[in-house]
Amino acid sequence: MVSLFLYNAVIWNPHRIHFDETYTTQVEKHRGIVVDGPLQGDWLSQAVTEWLGDDGALLELEYSNRRAAYLGERLRAGGEVTAIDTSLGTVTLSIYIKNGNDVVTSPGRAVVRLRA
Amino acid sequence: MSDLLTPEIRQWIGRSDEPQRLEVTRRDIVKYAIATQQRQQKYQQGDEAPPMFLFNAHQPLVPVEALRSDGLTMDPLLPDLPLKRVMAGGVKNTYHRPVKPGDALILTRTLTDIYEKQGSTGPLIFVVYAVRVETEDGELVMDETRRRIFR
Repeated sequence: MVSLFLYNAVIWNPHRIHFDETYTTQVEKHRGIVVDGPLQGDWLSQAVTEWLGDDGALLELEYSNRRAAYLGERLRAGGEVTAIDTSLGTVTLSIYIKNGNDVVTSPGRAVVRLRA
Repeated sequence: MSDLLTPEIRQWIGRSDEPQRLEVTRRDIVKYAIATQQRQQKYQQGDEAPPMFLFNAHQPLVPVEALRSDGLTMDPLLPDLPLKRVMAGGVKNTYHRPVKPGDALILTRTLTDIYEKQGSTGPLIFVVYAVRVETEDGELVMDETRRRIFR
């Protein structure tokens, strides 16, 4: 919750669905406080850059926020290599955020270039 | 097929707003790294900005009394839409070079599409922006495509 607050402060996002529970459930009809889509996008980027370390560079990051994630849920970021281009030195990954029911909330894709 | 999107709304597609200048400081990167619980030293120490650091960096800064009732900033690039509730839709970023402390960046945002879709709970309007990020010297840093969903 503190991280969610700090994230919205740091990206300057005053949308009430991230801090005003009464408004969020009664007016916007969410189940609870909403975890930002781009914060899930950041976690996807961390899954990729931690795997990559200093062995290369992130070229592309793409994701869709398909379903809302709520404060208190256990979310997990992960992915797998889907393609390797040895001539370009690039690796394509399929990435995801899954919720506690193992349902993907945010699928995505990343392309990295490995250092020669 | 579109009932919600009038020709007047569609006319906004293709418009850009005033480029924003952004000076990147180490302190801002460190704050972002703490908020997102980054685990790599280069981000924690603010030597380099994490890949999603520039999300929302283009947003105009307005006084609290100018915000919408849901808290969001009025978007100067959008007409009044028939659906009001906003959700994040997703992002596609292409990176050309890392963002570092001391960078002076110019961000230019263009409204590239508005389209309608039928969601499971009713109609949705998708709004797509392209944000081009360059240094003051014109070196390309990042291209962002960002979708917002109105429901």
